[in-house]
Amino acid sequence: MCLGIPAKIVSITGDFAQVSIQGARIEVGIQLLDSVSVGDYVLVHTGYALEILSEEDALETLEAIRLLEKLNLGKLPSLS
Amino acid sequence: MNNHLIQLGHGSGGRMSRNLITQLFARYFANDTLRPLGDSSYIAGQTSQLAFTTDSYVIDPVFFPGGNIGQLAVCGTVNDLAVSGAIPRFLSAGFILEEGLSLKDLEKIVAAMAVEAANAKVQIVTGDTKVVRRGQCDKIYINTSGIGEIPEKHAHFTRKPAMQPGDKILLSGSLGDHAIAVLAARENLYLEEPILSDVAPLNHLAQLALEQPEQVLQMRDITRGGLATILVELCENQSFGIEVLENEIPIKQPVRSVCELFGFDPLYLANEGKMLLIVKNGTEKDILKRLRSNLAGANATLIGEITDRHPGKAIMQSVVGGKRLLDMLHGELVPRIC
Amino acid sequence: MNFTTPFRNQELIRTLLSQINKLKLRPIKIMEVCGGHTMAIRKHGLHQLLPSEIELLSGPGCPVCVTEQTFVDKAIAYAQLPKTTLLTYGDLVRVPGCYQSLSEARSAGASVEVIYSTQQALSLARKQPNHRFVFAAIGFETTAPGTALALQQASVEKLNNFLVYCAHKTMPEAMEALVADGLPIDGYLGPGHVCSITGSKLFDRLVARYSIPLVISGFEAVDLLQSVFLLTQMILQNESGIQIQYRRLVSPDGNRKAQSILNEVFEPCTATWRGLGAIPHSGLKIRNTYAQWDAEVMLPVSVHSLPDPKGCLCGEILKGIRKPTECAHFGKKCTPEHPVGACMVSSEGTCQAYYSYQQTE
Repeated sequence: MCLGIPAKIVSITGDFAQVSIQGARIEVGIQLLDSVSVGDYVLVHTGYALEILSEEDALETLEAIRLLEKLNLGKLPSLS
Repeated sequence: MNNHLIQLGHGSGGRMSRNLITQLFARYFANDTLRPLGDSSYIAGQTSQLAFTTDSYVIDPVFFPGGNIGQLAVCGTVNDLAVSGAIPRFLSAGFILEEGLSLKDLEKIVAAMAVEAANAKVQIVTGDTKVVRRGQCDKIYINTSGIGEIPEKHAHFTRKPAMQPGDKILLSGSLGDHAIAVLAARENLYLEEPILSDVAPLNHLAQLALEQPEQVLQMRDITRGGLATILVELCENQSFGIEVLENEIPIKQPVRSVCELFGFDPLYLANEGKMLLIVKNGTEKDILKRLRSNLAGANATLIGEITDRHPGKAIMQSVVGGKRLLDMLHGELVPRIC
Repeated sequence: MNFTTPFRNQELIRTLLSQINKLKLRPIKIMEVCGGHTMAIRKHGLHQLLPSEIELLSGPGCPVCVTEQTFVDKAIAYAQLPKTTLLTYGDLVRVPGCYQSLSEARSAGASVEVIYSTQQALSLARKQPNHRFVFAAIGFETTAPGTALALQQASVEKLNNFLVYCAHKTMPEAMEALVADGLPIDGYLGPGHVCSITGSKLFDRLVARYSIPLVISGFEAVDLLQSVFLLTQMILQNESGIQIQYRRLVSPDGNRKAQSILNEVFEPCTATWRGLGAIPHSGLKIRNTYAQWDAEVMLPVSVHSLPDPKGCLCGEILKGIRKPTECAHFGKKCTPEHPVGACMVSSEGTCQAYYSYQQTE
């Protein structure tokens, strides 16, 4: 359920922001976020930004998989 | 469920359209010429065989990035003839106009038709105009019918194509440009890399492919219903199946993005200047080289092949390597939240 | 980074598949609670790439599939009222009610418009003050905030021609109804986008009470395979608890602002789930402070509903007890073109997913 798509904030006007989804621009509501800045990535669902995506966490998630291969331990470093 | 009313899905080019055609029109109008329900019908002429086709055009907005309804009306019918192996010759044009349509807009549309007709080397030789009250149609509807000649060397197009396992499936370019250009115009979507409708006559591309006519088994115009619907039509109830590779299907990034945003599958999006070719195994490189020599075929690519592994089924191997059965479009294409 | 491409990386997919294959597997059953996961799994054919010991089952996380027929019937009744347009997300238009779908009702003259965002609903209502717009709100915690914001905005603007017919549902109670049934499921993939709003804490009680393993997953191929890997490890080691694979979006606490907006506008209520029946506290009801925009309060309609179609196994399929192929209607009377049950309507419904993707083996 719930199509969500990462989008980059391009500009902000009040409760709304222009976001770019790899080249497609739409306006989304940012009322659900406490604070958001131009350049942030957010997850968009039904025209609203639900949450800010964390690059640091994304990189760690990917790194955990690479590490898995390197160490070939069969057990990921705990994620929670 | 009750299905006594025409629904939007009946015009979507997918399964509902197909059922409406086979269960109503083809049933009442049944004759040998109509029966194959191809992109054109083949009729016996005085000197050579003829191809004959018709199509109606309705679109909102009438003017969209990359074209207007007039170009669609000429190219769409030219393309049905071209992929049938015919040299398009003559078109008719019937207009249904809404009271209040600006003459200036009408002229723009007609002028675009003239340009496309010259481009495609066809003549518009007969026409008709009716005007309906305001609100009884949406600005302008156009119907065009077309006649093309089948050169003797293309005669095999008029017979049932003989597909063999190993024969190759080629696609002339990227998918979904037309649908997304129109959607973007209608929904005020701004695309950083603008997407223009791919509306274009395919007869030049078809001629390039047919320089060696025996290499080409079948061509199809990929319009509403999209690639997936055509692939299913090609192999449904046949002794062969189709396998295509998702990785090889060209889709521009903005088209992909809009699809992800609204939950569309690009395989079902409409095109107005793209064709699918089934070619004999071993001729694909030759044909791709010829297609790519034309701007309209610059991104032509090999996307799959005919197989005997799963008769009657069109299957796509996903980017990840899993397999997915393709089906025709169900109902209308609407944005989803899920 | 763009947050999409790296999570579709072929090399990472291969790594994960080979690591999953290296685990000392026994037959295990994993339920993906969320319909979006079902879709992604089928679209990529991930279920075919996994070792045969791992069986993936689809749960109750498709809002369309769990929407009861009466809701559709009432939505149609709204669409048939004079000077009234029913607005809805595209997912709902083909869902069969007891008599017909919104799409069929529209061709018979009912006024139905598909919208993508509640912002569109508000803007229609502003532009046509003398016309009434009823928004049929479906979806889980992910979608409900958009409805809540629209209600708040309507209240600020005193937009009295905008009404919400609300059937929002919440996930953990329905999951608990399944888990409490003692289904033979070894572990669960949790709904990543729901949890972006609610936080993983949404499932704390459920996981503790029933000692189940749950991994909250993203939606790309890499996400899903990594989640299956983590979950399989937990299952094999008899661990219970929650792991968050989708850490780039999901935190334990979730989006507190969104939660407080939801809480301001909605209160929990008993909701009826297609196939599962009435489940206490599993729905969101519009609070009295917003009653003026609640279609059920301001504009009650009554419909004569019929029992679910005979022989339709939607309920048991939703629970993961039966497979679509076990249903007598599947692929015969019930196809994506003519769905009998809701599971065949949505492309993420278990039955349609099976119909479209399963036949490839």
